[in-house]
Amino acid sequence: MTTYLIRRLFQAALTLLAISFILFGLISAAPGGFMTVYAEKSDMSPEDLARIRAKLGLDDPIPVRYLKWLGNLLQGDWGKSLTSKRPVLEEIASRLPNTLLLMGLMMICTLLVAIPLGIFSAVRQYSWFDHFFTTLAFAGQSLPVFWFGLVLIIVFAVLLKGPDGRPLLPGAGMYTLGEPFSLWDRIRHLILPVTMLTFVSSAEYMRYLRSSMLDVIHEDYIRTARAKGLREWKVIYKHGLRNAIIPLVTLVGLDLPSLFGGALFTETIFAWPGIGRLYFTAAMKNDYPLVMATLMIYSALIVLSTLLVDLVYAALDPRIRLS
Amino acid sequence: MKPSVTHVPQSPWLLFWRRFRKHKMALVGIVIVFSIVVLTAIAPLIAPYDPMKQNLLNRFQPPSATHWLGTDDLGRDLWTRILYGGRISLSVGLLAMAVSIVLGSLIGLVSGYYGGWVDSILMRITEIFLSIPRLFVLIALGMFLRTLDLPYLQAGSFLPIAFVIGALSWMGTARMVRASTLALREREFVQACRALGGSNLRTLFQHILPNVASPIIVSATLGLSSAIISESGLSYLGFGVQLPTPTWGNMLSNTQSQMTTAPWTAIFPGLMIFLVVISINYIGDGLRDALDPRHAPR
Repeated sequence: MTTYLIRRLFQAALTLLAISFILFGLISAAPGGFMTVYAEKSDMSPEDLARIRAKLGLDDPIPVRYLKWLGNLLQGDWGKSLTSKRPVLEEIASRLPNTLLLMGLMMICTLLVAIPLGIFSAVRQYSWFDHFFTTLAFAGQSLPVFWFGLVLIIVFAVLLKGPDGRPLLPGAGMYTLGEPFSLWDRIRHLILPVTMLTFVSSAEYMRYLRSSMLDVIHEDYIRTARAKGLREWKVIYKHGLRNAIIPLVTLVGLDLPSLFGGALFTETIFAWPGIGRLYFTAAMKNDYPLVMATLMIYSALIVLSTLLVDLVYAALDPRIRLS
Repeated sequence: MKPSVTHVPQSPWLLFWRRFRKHKMALVGIVIVFSIVVLTAIAPLIAPYDPMKQNLLNRFQPPSATHWLGTDDLGRDLWTRILYGGRISLSVGLLAMAVSIVLGSLIGLVSGYYGGWVDSILMRITEIFLSIPRLFVLIALGMFLRTLDLPYLQAGSFLPIAFVIGALSWMGTARMVRASTLALREREFVQACRALGGSNLRTLFQHILPNVASPIIVSATLGLSSAIISESGLSYLGFGVQLPTPTWGNMLSNTQSQMTTAPWTAIFPGLMIFLVVISINYIGDGLRDALDPRHAPR
């Protein structure tokens, strides 16, 4: 077990190293690259630009620059945003709580919606309930998320009006401008983005749980449980769900990194000041250090959660032996 | 005297069709996709206007008899632009899917067939590609492509974005093809081919590939719909196909600010994406049920 863990950690580190090299090479190869931001400012003379190039170390060959960059990274110096001039880690940390709030709520709502729907659809297979919700989930998985967001805004923030004649729900931002903070205001701003995210991701979870529940329901041990006279709900929850939910744990685990950056479209459309929106604006402005840092953190989270999922899966399913 | 029982020989195609046609939604999907493909293909013949022609006096016309789906912020006919945009969106989808299927199948076949260090290296690479955040990297690549100023990468060219999407979505196919190849490698007919002196290439492409064809076809179908979604998302954000060339994605780009005055500009292009994607997904569902009886609904 310990050797396995060490080997996996070593592999994870290698994977991350490879990713960092690929991403760095890619971004360094961009013409203009780090300099586009400065070149766009017309008041700079060619000499100024050359001086900045030298100061940023852009005249070194790419492998040298990569090693320097990696060294700084390991020492906690991730560079400064080209647009705001603040350290990129500070920039990312300041947006993180907003994204975690949005995605955390989404994750809770998704599980609350998807688990009961998945169970009932499997238990009552081919009932109208099952047909209705599997079709809905199928549609949810085929929706272009950004367009769904636009439609939600048109319906709830433009067409429908509240009793006071203003739009029923706010379609952008985290709070109403010029009003003091209130919980109710924050909740109102959360409703549309969370609904949008929940609808799309519970579609996937629900279909997943339904099919793994169907696999389990036809197993012999379920028949045995019924035969020994257990109550139906006990058969379903204690013997069925417990086994069927293991694959869902994998799915949730692999979705954990999306708590960091999974809401790019949602945040862009609803002007939610989180990581996704930060990344989008950084990419629009060619802010390479910020883009690079976000990509690295996101990749690291994906590598770690993949490892975590394998370990948890082995702990939950005794048939799997790690070696 | 009559023969007691006649067994009409059934071709695999007939068997496939019998199973496939049970999936009604897949049939509806085929009709929808086929109609949309035909409509966009003959766009120059049936489009009532010029997709690029601006008419600032005619901005934000609601849907009417002259402009079926209304006009956009520059007075261009929305129906015309949807027809022309569909050509790009569907082409990007097809090309990206082709890239990812060819890459994925080749990597999976080679990895599973040769095993050993080839397999280790290829699977490591697959893992690396699986560990990068796809949408974020696509955006970074889109940013990269925007700064390039090469003649064949001019605004409106959809080739680079299609290749980029394809190059980032082959991993699932590769893993699946590898797993099937691993199992097939030990089967008698493959062993026989090799014992008879068949070359590796012959064994791979004439004996193994046909046997992994059905899962490849299914994943190609689902890859097509996800490539269409990726393109539209990227173009919507401004990192895909650049305006004024219309695609269903970038037609939605500026619509958020126009939603109070002209909601139709935000509705119709997205509806087309949704319609095509859900139809293709149903076709994929039907294909899976028909090609792999284990998947048939119980």
